[in-house]
Amino acid sequence: MYSRFLVSALFAGAAAGLIAGILQLIFVQPVLLHAELYEGGDLVHFGAAPVSAHPELPGIDVMRDGLSLIFTMLTYTGYALIMLAAMGVAEDRGAQIDGRTGILWGVAGFVAFHLAPGFSLAPEVPGVAAADVTARQIWWFATVGAAAVALWLIAFGKNWMVWGVAAILLLAPHILGAPEPDTFSGPVPTEIAALFAARAFGIGLAAWVLLGCFAGYFWQREGDQINATAPV
Amino acid sequence: MTTTTQTRSSVRFVPALFAAVLGLAVISLTGHVQAAALHDAAHDVRHATGFPCH
Repeated sequence: MYSRFLVSALFAGAAAGLIAGILQLIFVQPVLLHAELYEGGDLVHFGAAPVSAHPELPGIDVMRDGLSLIFTMLTYTGYALIMLAAMGVAEDRGAQIDGRTGILWGVAGFVAFHLAPGFSLAPEVPGVAAADVTARQIWWFATVGAAAVALWLIAFGKNWMVWGVAAILLLAPHILGAPEPDTFSGPVPTEIAALFAARAFGIGLAAWVLLGCFAGYFWQREGDQINATAPV
Repeated sequence: MTTTTQTRSSVRFVPALFAAVLGLAVISLTGHVQAAALHDAAHDVRHATGFPCH
């Protein structure tokens, strides 16, 4: 049973993470590099002269981008382990887990891990003003945990009281509020920051849908193999 | 039949917990630990994935 979790998570996480990493390199990395030109002071927003919106950007950096790919695959493998743990428990309670239902799980995973924390702590470009990183990380974990429990309750709850608790869990972190900076000091143009957040969310959704689909598929396939070899 | 299902459920819960804890550990490592080497290596991913960075 341990190997079923590990093998499914590794395959699904590596595949979805690789696709996510490539998509990020194509769509997010140029925006990030553009922002870093402002963070480092190479470009100055609202300086003496107007700045071109299409500066020369550094190209592929094998070391840096290679590490990004590896870490994206690792991150999505971590997501897959957590999602498969929930899938395994749900299957015991009668839920169907396969590639098709995995798509729904993927959307839910995106909501819990990206959209819920990002609703108040938007994906940030380098250089933006932000509150203390430890405070934001604590808020991030609390919000992701609350959202994950809420989505489970919405999916598997059977009465309005449970759904009400789910709504409170989804809303509370944002009503209490995320740690915010005291002053704004980001040097990056809003156009770049907005595009960055939008693309981070878009690729997050695509990658999570693939991750859910792959995780469901491999989970079912590994299960079939175990059943085929198990003595009856 | 019922007994088999129940046994399987209880057998599955511990591995599921193990998978969840391992997954959390992996995400903490790639997305949250602030050690300089890890932070620099995972920098772009942390931003692109929406983890709190810096």
